[in-house]
Amino acid sequence: MSNNVPSDLKYTKSHEWVRQTHGEAPNGALEIGITDHAQSALGDLVFVEVPDVGRALSAGEACAVVESVKAASDVYSPLAGKVVANNGALANKPELLNEDPYGAGWLFRLDATGGGNVSGLMSASDYESFLAEEAE
Amino acid sequence: MQLNSREPVIFELSKPGRGAVTQFPPPVAGTAQVPAHLRRQAPPALPEVSELQAVRHFTRLSQMNFSIDTHFYPLGSCTMKYNPKACNSLAMLPEFLGRHPLGPEPQGFLACMYELQEMLQEITGMPAVSLTPMAGAQGEFAGVAMIRAYHRARNDTARTEIIVPQAAHGTNPATATMCGFVVKEIPCDANGDVDIEALKAAVSPATAGIMLTNPSTLGVFERKIVQIARIVHDAGGLLYYDGANLNAILGKVRPGDMGFDVIHMNLHKTFSTPHGGGGPGSGAVGVSARLKPFLPLPIVGKDGARYRWLTERDLPQSIGRLSGFMGNAGVNLRAYIYMRLLGREGMVRVAEFAALNANYLMKRLQALGFEAAYPKRRASHEFIITLKQEQKAYHVSAMDVAKRLLDFGFHAPTTYFPLLVPECLLIEPTETEAKEDLDRFCDALASIREEMRNDPEKLTSAPHTMPVRRLDDVRAAKQLDLIWKGNAA
Amino acid sequence: MAYIPHTPDDIAGMLAVIGARSIDDLFDEIPAELRAGTLNVPAPLSEMEIGRLMTERAAIDGRPLNFIGAGAYEHHIPAPVWAIATRGEFYSAYTPYQAEASQGTLQLIYEYQSMMCALTGMEVSNASLYDGASALAEACLMAVRSNRSSTSRRILMPRAVNPTYAQVAQAIAGNQDISFVPVDFDRTTGRTLLETLKPYSGQDFTALVVQQPNFFGGLEEVDELTDWAHANKIMLIAVVNPTSLALLKPPGQWGALVDGAQGADIVCGEGQALGVPLSSGGPYFGFMATRMHYVRQMPGRIVGRTVDLEGRPGFSLTLQAREQHIRRSKATSNICTNQGLMVTAATIYMTLLGPEGLAAVAQASMQRTADLVAALTKVPGVKRAFTAPHFHEAVLILDRAPAAVLAALSRKGILGGLDLSERYPELGHALLVCATETKLGADIDAYAAALAEAMSAARAAA
Repeated sequence: MSNNVPSDLKYTKSHEWVRQTHGEAPNGALEIGITDHAQSALGDLVFVEVPDVGRALSAGEACAVVESVKAASDVYSPLAGKVVANNGALANKPELLNEDPYGAGWLFRLDATGGGNVSGLMSASDYESFLAEEAE
Repeated sequence: MQLNSREPVIFELSKPGRGAVTQFPPPVAGTAQVPAHLRRQAPPALPEVSELQAVRHFTRLSQMNFSIDTHFYPLGSCTMKYNPKACNSLAMLPEFLGRHPLGPEPQGFLACMYELQEMLQEITGMPAVSLTPMAGAQGEFAGVAMIRAYHRARNDTARTEIIVPQAAHGTNPATATMCGFVVKEIPCDANGDVDIEALKAAVSPATAGIMLTNPSTLGVFERKIVQIARIVHDAGGLLYYDGANLNAILGKVRPGDMGFDVIHMNLHKTFSTPHGGGGPGSGAVGVSARLKPFLPLPIVGKDGARYRWLTERDLPQSIGRLSGFMGNAGVNLRAYIYMRLLGREGMVRVAEFAALNANYLMKRLQALGFEAAYPKRRASHEFIITLKQEQKAYHVSAMDVAKRLLDFGFHAPTTYFPLLVPECLLIEPTETEAKEDLDRFCDALASIREEMRNDPEKLTSAPHTMPVRRLDDVRAAKQLDLIWKGNAA
Repeated sequence: MAYIPHTPDDIAGMLAVIGARSIDDLFDEIPAELRAGTLNVPAPLSEMEIGRLMTERAAIDGRPLNFIGAGAYEHHIPAPVWAIATRGEFYSAYTPYQAEASQGTLQLIYEYQSMMCALTGMEVSNASLYDGASALAEACLMAVRSNRSSTSRRILMPRAVNPTYAQVAQAIAGNQDISFVPVDFDRTTGRTLLETLKPYSGQDFTALVVQQPNFFGGLEEVDELTDWAHANKIMLIAVVNPTSLALLKPPGQWGALVDGAQGADIVCGEGQALGVPLSSGGPYFGFMATRMHYVRQMPGRIVGRTVDLEGRPGFSLTLQAREQHIRRSKATSNICTNQGLMVTAATIYMTLLGPEGLAAVAQASMQRTADLVAALTKVPGVKRAFTAPHFHEAVLILDRAPAAVLAALSRKGILGGLDLSERYPELGHALLVCATETKLGADIDAYAAALAEAMSAARAAA
């Protein structure tokens, strides 16, 4: 099983990753996707639904769906915030998420101003231990 | 069976101007016409073929199916037993087939339905039955909607949660959601019983009810049922019985006696109406006295010697109507005929021989080296084999074994359900299979077990003898081809 | 023993393998206090005996001459339809979970989906739902999931839509806080008028339901209703009669082409007219079709064409991740199966009739109903209720309560129509009548004569 965990990202127990982009949003928009472990467990994705731009999300809210032939999983927003961008390319090429989960397979960007702090999320090493625990 | 020969899509046989003209009505003189702006411009692209072409095409398609009439079909949780031919031919008597549902109340047909209601009441231990729901899932819907209506009628509006064991069929949580409830899932213990401590922790003043299947989807009888009923009732909730596995206990124990308040039955399972390639079913519901006012309409009543439909006037608190007329009447008629053929003695033997066949098959497969998921338990009318060891050792999955069974001339058991047991096969032989057929099935699985060791590729690339090889489901879902657009498409 | 093949030797041998002394031992996990006593159900019957009983019961109900429609229509069913549909390979198979061993059922459903799209002018169809009424309920739930510009969960439900369908939609969708706002019909034409909808312009509604032909048999001005709905960001749910679609504009072409999209958003209806017998109200089947854009919000099974390992075409269930066995509490619906057997019959029916035959059935039905209305309105005390053009049903107004008249007709073996006076009290003594291609000129004459007699007898008695 594929299990790449980049060290510069933050993680959740529901297998989302969070990247601080220092981008256009005031507090730095957060980029969010699902981990290599998650895409590998799901198998070939056939459909990905991303949240609409402008949608306000609360922390832990189900906001995207990733679907394989035999399973469908919700993706939860790691923090509260407003969606400022989504990855439209996934509509026609859901395989991007299988091929490049931390790059071309990103799901959406969130302006999380006032929506909590990424420091509450897991570090790469925490997530790796979490995966190891789950495997047992 | 039609092997390795593709049957063209019907549109490929079509030629403009061809037709089964003896089926067309003769033209009627007159001037009736659709106004131009509401008229269809081009005729619909339906096939144009001769009657023989149609007959041959659909007959050949039928030959590409496994069915009970042609194959052992041990699909767990589906009760694929023999569908007696008499049930079909008698339900298709011209008077039954030709009757319009809104004509005067038909005393012959209603007599059958009334007696069917009475027999189902007796078998389930429930004082009232409605035959209206058109499938198991709609019966579930009716049951949970009645639970909601009951609490509302008492102004007990805080009850917003339905408890569902993790082993439950996916329809249970889906139904609870459709009825506007929040689903609370609870685990099962290592022996397949509901985790009582988890149940105690889950119930609260928000508990509307619990949905249970007994015997459960794990193929074992829920032994703590009386205790479960007490816990839920004490919390003010109601008990819903999913009748998926009623075949296992017919005449042995009645859901009403176990403490259930509402039950749906799958007449297409327990009472052997045809599965028809995926329907029609019938999902009659039975209820305790306190839920009777909420039953879905219509129901058959009797005033003196005359049968009639009960309506909103009789049951003003009913959850309403779930179908355009009166449910799957013709399916209910088949169930009635089946029950009269079986009668008192036959009904009890259903559960007895379903259990005998399941327990025999489980022991034989264990002796061949297969691992039962609950080896310390009696099988109900079905049981689970888990192939997790085989998967580790030989890299073959439950799906591979299922596909390979097709090559041996057996329909596969249910795979990957229940979700709790890894690499599982849920096997339900039913009471109508002979010992020789069970033995042949065991022989096939013994051969497949040999192949796992010596030639696992035989499994992973199976089936080899069906009209098609394994299908590309990922392509099916990604490059959606859902209607015929010609061969170029 | 009925349908049980076990000999005493078999039983003994099997119990020995199990290690049980008796069959009763197999039930030893059931608490003793719960065990059932003897069931109070009748003794078994032989096939001969049940055959006799059912034949007698059928004879009580007889075979009246039927002029009732109201959602269930009597059409000629070609002999091959049920001869093939009841072949064991179709009749006794289950949902095609094992695609390789179910190619017959799967290919047939694919052909069915193609035919339903051809009829409705839509892009995708599911493998069917339970019946027309519950299909409308599912369509309302689907609209709530699909219409992203609406948050109201309010649906406009014209009173010219089959009132039972409205009841069923309420019973099924009402549990999810969806409300239905009735829209009155015009007393003169029997149609749903644009003027009646205009006060709702600019308000948040999820969907508008339009039935064509409507419950009264009348033809709605579907184009303007569709355009009004879309101009107000309201989804249009069409409820249609599949036979009529051989003549009527398909819902996929209703209204104007706007931004590349045209027509109804969801189409549903009762499929019974396509080769399924009346049989006291069921089993029938509901159909549903939509645009590709909404396919993931559509409930029910869907079959797709794909290829196998060797690249040969084959068929399988697809988009299953929408369904209850995977999505559980987040599924599009709790529906597990379709009405497979009825769809088998309908697919064979549509194949045998083809475009020409189905149009001939529709045209003959429309003409027979026109003839029926002409004949019945010649009877003193009978007139038409509405002026809108109609398909194969129409509402008549009698000068007295229909119940007694219908009872008199029934004694002569004629089912004279559906009494609407309880469903639509404001119409007075209203009767909904229907004739299909199965009613010949002589049948219509017989009905007219019997009605004249019943009416004059009633008048004399009054």
